[in-house]
Amino acid sequence: MESLDLHKIGVRDINQYFHKELPSNGIKEIEIINSAGEHNIAVGIETPCDIDIRGHAGYYVAGMNKNANITVHGNAGPGAAENMMSGSVRIKGFASSAAGASGHGGILVVEGDTSLRCGISMKGIDIVIGGSVGNFSGFMAQAGRMVICGDAGEGLGDSLYEAVIYVKGAIKSLGADAQLEPMTESDYESVQELLDFSGFEHNPKDFKRVASAKQLYNWNADAEQEY
Amino acid sequence: MCGIVGLLIKNELLRPKIGELMLPMLIGMTERGPDSAGLAIFTEPVADNKRKFSLYTMDEDFSWVTLNNDFHTHFGSEIDLKQVANHAILTTDLDVVTVKIWLNDNYPSIHVLSVGQMMDIYKDVGTPAQVAERYNFQKMSGTHLIGHTRMATESAVTPASAHPFTAGEDWALVHNGSFSNPNSIRRMLAHKGINCETDNDTEAACRFLEWRMGEGDDLETALKAGFEELDGFYTLLMGTKDQLALVRDPFACKPAVVAEHDDYVAIASEYRSLAHLPDVKNATIYEPKPEELYIWKV
Repeated sequence: MESLDLHKIGVRDINQYFHKELPSNGIKEIEIINSAGEHNIAVGIETPCDIDIRGHAGYYVAGMNKNANITVHGNAGPGAAENMMSGSVRIKGFASSAAGASGHGGILVVEGDTSLRCGISMKGIDIVIGGSVGNFSGFMAQAGRMVICGDAGEGLGDSLYEAVIYVKGAIKSLGADAQLEPMTESDYESVQELLDFSGFEHNPKDFKRVASAKQLYNWNADAEQEY
Repeated sequence: MCGIVGLLIKNELLRPKIGELMLPMLIGMTERGPDSAGLAIFTEPVADNKRKFSLYTMDEDFSWVTLNNDFHTHFGSEIDLKQVANHAILTTDLDVVTVKIWLNDNYPSIHVLSVGQMMDIYKDVGTPAQVAERYNFQKMSGTHLIGHTRMATESAVTPASAHPFTAGEDWALVHNGSFSNPNSIRRMLAHKGINCETDNDTEAACRFLEWRMGEGDDLETALKAGFEELDGFYTLLMGTKDQLALVRDPFACKPAVVAEHDDYVAIASEYRSLAHLPDVKNATIYEPKPEELYIWKV
């Protein structure tokens, strides 16, 4: 375990270390202390490793993550794990707006609540929220799965594409072109798989499925495009 | 951009240190607002028959001694004038309007930033650290305050466009965000005889709330009217004689984080401005929800 003091080293130097030294120095476990809500902590990491941030983080923590498993032992500011490619990010507290925005892959777990626009434009990431999500979550979500163990705010899943949202609690309102659909066996399996990974104990039977009614977009399947 | 901070001290022993506790909060918001900064601080009230005037002049060679003597000669009344740099707090038992007219007629370079019994306002151009040092924010004592760091996006970088803005006695507002309809708000208010001193969007919103409250609305009703009339993005933080109040627009585009502790309530645009506060790890930390009014009492 390598311990890095963010207060002493600074965000830029810590990220340079992750990008330039970590790929070859063989260290697999790192903790960052004195995070003090700084922005851009542990962004753009491509090396498989475990990183524990011992405190609150600011904007874009673990953004663009690839391969690393990053845990924030506190709250996260806006854009946590934004544009993640793979690996995993866990926020032990709450996450501010746009958590998991435009993520392509990997999994984001938020143990508390998230603010507005969680999973906006997600493109394949899985997101599991232990608490509730704010308004306009899942806006224009293109691919991936979102599991919400608490409640959802207004306009959930507005302009959804192929992403699927599972909600246990109350949904204040659905966004344009989002609709409730019956859960299938594969939906129950998906929810169970994501809950197991996250360590949340809920019954998949209690979740509702929200997906696109597909009235808002026209997709040219002939072009072999994929989300 | 822009950064906002607020601090309300519940533990009386910490009230003499409010400036010291606040200073890193304000400086922590420098990246969000490097061009101007300001503060509205609430202290023990002056006597019932007295009022405090926060005065500012851009003239660095201004003679406050002359103003003090002229005031005494004209009114035959003692005044208490506390000067720091090109700012002073004038305390008097004379009629507010009379004093304002006299100041305007004799000292047109003087801006009256606020009038009240508890609140002092300081605002100026410069980095938050420079402004704080100029007016000795660190040494200030009080019960609660709101502060602002400005990154101008819609009106000039001048002391008059810096926040806080006031709406009546012992009432101040700071704003992170931008309004898209300040011109129509100003026009609407002008027809009612309410004029803005600057072309700043926040001032227009502030005058709007002042007008609503003057019509008898309480703060909550005035802010609800604001949801209908004020178009744009905002987190508004307000200070009154005995409370701090916060509201975010329906889309919560502009950030805010609250730390509630047994000894204090602290508010900032970002957590990094709260990280230094004593025992903050035991505070309850949360983000205010959109369109909800949050009020903390002294």
